[in-house]
This record gives sequence, C-alpha cells and structure tokens, in this order.
Amino acid sequence: MSGARSLMVALEKEGANIVFGLPGGANLPIYDELYKSNIRHILVRHEQSASHMADGFGRVSRRPGVCFATSGPGATNIVTGIATAQADSAPMIAITGQVPTKMIGRDAFQESDIIGITNPIVKYAFQPMTASEIPEVVKKAFYISATGRPGPVLIDIPKDVQQNEAEMAFPTEVKIRGYHPWVDPDIGKIERAIDMLLSSERPVILAGGGVIISGAFAELQSIAELLMIPVVTTFKGKGAFPENHPLSLGPIGMHGHAEANKIMVEADCVLACGSRFSDRSVGTFEEFEKNLKIIHMDVDPAEIGKNQTTHVAVVGDLKASLRIMVKMLIQKAVKKNGDNPWIKRVNETREYFRQNLKLHPHPLGAAKVLRKLREVLPAQSIVTTEVGQHQMWASLFFDVIHPGTFFSSTGLGTMGWGFPAAIGAKAAKPEVPVVDIAGEGSFNMTENSLAVSVLDDLPVIVFLLNNFSLGMVAQWQRTFYDRRMIGIDLKNCPDYVKLAESYGAQGIRAESIDEIGKAVQTALKSNIATVIDIPIDPQEDVLPFVAPGTPLKDMILPS
Amino acid sequence: MWSIISVLVENKPGVLFKVTHLFRSRNYNIDSISVGITENPEFSRMTITTSADEKQLNQIIKQLDKMIDTVEVKLLEEKKSIYRELVLMKVKITKPSDIMEITDLANAFKCNVHDVRKSSIIVEITATPDRINAFEDLVRGYGILEITRTGICALERGVGNES
Repeated sequence: MSGARSLMVALEKEGANIVFGLPGGANLPIYDELYKSNIRHILVRHEQSASHMADGFGRVSRRPGVCFATSGPGATNIVTGIATAQADSAPMIAITGQVPTKMIGRDAFQESDIIGITNPIVKYAFQPMTASEIPEVVKKAFYISATGRPGPVLIDIPKDVQQNEAEMAFPTEVKIRGYHPWVDPDIGKIERAIDMLLSSERPVILAGGGVIISGAFAELQSIAELLMIPVVTTFKGKGAFPENHPLSLGPIGMHGHAEANKIMVEADCVLACGSRFSDRSVGTFEEFEKNLKIIHMDVDPAEIGKNQTTHVAVVGDLKASLRIMVKMLIQKAVKKNGDNPWIKRVNETREYFRQNLKLHPHPLGAAKVLRKLREVLPAQSIVTTEVGQHQMWASLFFDVIHPGTFFSSTGLGTMGWGFPAAIGAKAAKPEVPVVDIAGEGSFNMTENSLAVSVLDDLPVIVFLLNNFSLGMVAQWQRTFYDRRMIGIDLKNCPDYVKLAESYGAQGIRAESIDEIGKAVQTALKSNIATVIDIPIDPQEDVLPFVAPGTPLKDMILPS
Repeated sequence: MWSIISVLVENKPGVLFKVTHLFRSRNYNIDSISVGITENPEFSRMTITTSADEKQLNQIIKQLDKMIDTVEVKLLEEKKSIYRELVLMKVKITKPSDIMEITDLANAFKCNVHDVRKSSIIVEITATPDRINAFEDLVRGYGILEITRTGICALERGVGNES
C-alpha cells in the first residue's frame, strides 16, 4: 500500500478518529487517503487553529490530538500551536507534508525545514524517508507523545514518501532505547515525604498541571483529607482540586488568590505534585524556598532541582506515586482532624480576604460577571480561556468544581488558543457544554474558527469579556509605565454580535448581570455556537498582583 | 569549573544538531565537542566539555538524559578517565635553526612534525589540554600561523563497556 494509506491505517489503529487540518500541495496524497478512510476531518480556516484544536482535544481526552498541515507556510503556521502544547505538556501529533525527497534542500516552492524550526519545541520529530517506515513512525509518535510527560510529536512526510508503495508491517508494540517513561516511584522516598509532612507544623499541598495530566484527582483529595493539609495550586493546576472544598485555597502566583499566596508564604513544608515551579507561580525562586522544606513529585526527572532546591524528590507517574502514599497513610492509620492552629489560621486567612478584599465597583466588574457564569454553568462543563486579564480573572473568580475541567495556555501564554482549543475539547467530549472565557484581543486572533464551530457541529460558547483594548498590556502601562498608553486601543471593532451572525452563529450582547445569566442559558439550550459579548470596564485591573521579579509576600492588594 | 560529559547517542542524522541546540536554547556553554561512531555502528559517542557550576551541570545531564536519542549520559571524573585532544599547529619559520628547535620541542612532547618548509612547519600534538597549552606557550615566540583542535575525546578507565 502507499505511504499515505499506511498513515491512515496506522492512525486508525491508534484510535485517532478525528483530525484537524487544512490541505495543500504537499499533503494532497494524505488527504486523498483521508477521503477514503473513516477518520473525521475538521477543516480549519488557519492551520494555527488546527494545532490548538488538536491540543484542546488532547488535553481533554488525555490522548494525542492530531492535526494536518501542508509544507512551508502550512507547517510554519502550526509552530505556535506546537510550542503551546510543549509548554503545557499536552499530547499532540502534528503531521506535515514536505516537498519530495529529491527537492529537499533546493529551496523548493513551499519548502521549509520544519524539523529544524520546531526542534526545541517538540518532544520528538520524525521525517520518514521511505514509505515502509511510516507504520512504525506513527506507533512511536503516539507512544512518545502520550507517555511520561506528554508533549507534541511532529511527523514530516515528503510527498513522494506519501505516494510510494511498500510492503507495510504494523507493529503492535515499540521500544525506544533512549526513552524510559515508566519509572517506579521510590517507596522509601514516599515514606520520607510522609514523615516530613507529619513532622511539619504548617504543611501545604501545591498541585500542579501534572495532577490533571495524570488524572490523580481522587488520590490528591484523599491525601489532603487524611493529613488535613490545605491545597493551593499553580495556575496550570487550577481545578486539580475542587475549588469549593474546605481545604482549597486556589491558585498561587502572579495573579493568585490572596489567601493562597499568604498561606504559601507562611508554610514550612510543601508537597509539590506535578509542578515545575514556574516563575509566574513562585515569584522569585530564592525567596520561595527560604525556610521551606520542598517535597517534589514529578514524572520528569529533569524538573527536580531545575528551579527549586528539593529536600525529597519522588520521580514517577504522579497518580502511581500518590496512590502509594494514600495506601501508606491508610496502613499507618493516619487520619488527622482539622483541630489545630494551622488549619485555624488557614480558615481565618481565607475568611479575612473574603470579607475584606475590595472588588471592582463597576456593575459589570469581573468578579460579578464570572461568578454569574459559574452560577449558571453546569459543574461538569469544560472551560478554556484565552490569555490576558480575562484569564487571570477566571483564575480568581471562576471556581472549578469538577476537577480537570479547566484548561488554559498557561506556559506559553498563547492569545487565540482558547477558542480553537474549546472546539477541540467539544470534539473530545460532545456531551458537555464547553465555554471559552475570552477577551476580545485574543478572540480576534482565531475568531475565524467560528466557521468550524458552526459548520462542523462543534458548538461552543465564547464568553467574551470585552474591554475594547488589550487589557493586560493596558494594566502594565498604567502600573509600570506611568500611564503612557500605546498600542492597546481596539476601538470597539468589530461588532461581535454581527460577526457571530455573519458566520451563522448566535451573537448576544449582555449588558447586565441578569442579561449575562439569560444569555448563557440561551446558549446552553440552543446548542449552536454562541458569542456572548459583555462590555466591561476598560479601567479594571486584575488584583491581587505579584509584580514580576518580586516575591509572593509582596503581593499588591486592591486599595 | 570544567567538566567532561560522555554521551552515547543514536547514530543518525540530526542528533548532533539536537544536542547542540539543547545547549543553545538552555543557555549552557559548550567548550568543545567531538563526535564519532563507536564499536557498534548504531551508536555514536559525543564527548562534550563544558564550564558550568554544579547546579547547571546537573541540569545539563538531566536534560541530555531526557533526550530520546541519547542512550547513556555519563559525567566523567578526570582521574577515572583517559582524555586527549589532537591539535595541529602551523608554526612560523623565520631562520633555518627554528626548524631544529621546534622539532626538538616536539620530540620532548612526543609530537610529530609534518610539512616542513622554509617558512612554516606543522606540529601534530595529542595530549591533555594542559600539556597542549604548555606546548603552545613554548612555541608562541616563533609565531603560530594557524591552529586547529579536535576538542577533547574521552573514555572511562576500566574493563570495557559493562552496559
């Protein structure tokens, strides 16, 4: 069979029943076989969106999403999507067409060295030079992408390799000498971690994105409840732990919850689960680790000691490590109650900030708007965000109740990610509502995916916090550049209701909290793509705020 | 601090690029790198020397280990390994007696001389970097016209590849 045909067979064997992409000269043989296969194709309007859709699909389904692009500009258009997936450890397979092998290196039409371009932002890349390699390459690509710390894998296939006929062997298993994703957690170290937690006075659990990736929600919750330890998260880990749980304090970091940052600073021991201690989470590395015993559990050994000095490190799949810890705690009959000064302090701190943290007085202040969304939206709904103020407000004011239902471009911070990722999420879980909490600056970047949401029956709700400007940049210019405002004014253009309607989607302008509630309910009932345009106050800042390069303890509170 | 890392990698195109790109993108420094095929044609061995503090060195090794095309990464201890560099040095000849003097120096350092001409001579030296630097200091007075170094290649002492 041909290389292209073997690609389809191999994809089907991996359970890939949907691909997001856009055809072009160098991947037409692949598309011709796609035509004959049972794999569903979602035609995007720009390849970047295809990569974000595959990313969203992958994060929600926890198996690699697949995107197709042609050579040259098609391939370079997915670079941002690949980098986003890599920064957030999302499983993804990107398959690009390449000019024929004989043309490689001759600066052919639509030739780009996509292997070279993406080298630092992929988990691995393949360029099969003969058709017979394709089945094994696909098998390896899925294996690498989905196991260990997940990530994007690129397969770049020259056009003649797609067309050539070969005898194909489809392996059922592959081994890669230099790749060992399965590490058994060290029992002795887990024992030491427990001792350290039990002997500390002010312990905290820091849940990172790894908890969501490995689906270790139940284990995490058991440990928190058995040891009665408060749980903070990173922003990527938001929703790793139910945010309405009495032990939950929410995300720490630059725009973390005030109570989470406060308690994190006061802690004497932290159990960090699947977190890479990013600068956005910890403020300054030196200050963060001062007087703090750090227990670090992670699947990636290279994360141990990268940003913080650890006292106990447990390398291995997080779910496996935490499961062992739960078993040990049950064997040791550890069951603490919350009757101690630390838990009292945690509860008082949370209560203090709930009572005293000033919220923006505008009738459509972000807190009111997002709490209304939370009130109307079913708990199991999936939420994505774009990047900017709305994203940080979502972190502050939108509580995730059902673990693993909140996704955002947290590492790379890719504006325009949320909407196509939401469409990918909807493809992975069509039975639940999917909402993209958006700002108009980000939405502008990939809004043409409205065509996909409408035509491919993947209806998502764009909950658009519209402040007619690049709000986060505006906030930094107000805060750090003495209000010299430049390059931020988007001038209320386009009209998002009309824009939505022009795509055949539903556009609703909601100008009060009441109208917001009704608009969301209308969108949920109607089951067509909906943009809810909410004019908010362009002057509202995201607070609290830990300025870049400063420690968490210097958090700026609303005055 | 100067360290030698020995990396066994898959012998296939692009691996050298990936390794050097890792150093570039993570802001590590490569002082020298030498690469060649091993006793098993499926593998190449890279010897990388780098100046890094302990924390950074730890990260370099972990990040190299994490690469899918690396099969084994070892930090070599100077005392427990043999390490050499080959250098070709073209030295200026100003007067006829220079030839004899440089050849004597070369003999003292167990070097070979090649391409003896009226105006220049090429010395081949294989030694540890310290010895090479010492030799370079000695002949600098004659005038060094050109120099090329292979970078260090190293092997751990002991009874062969146990792995």
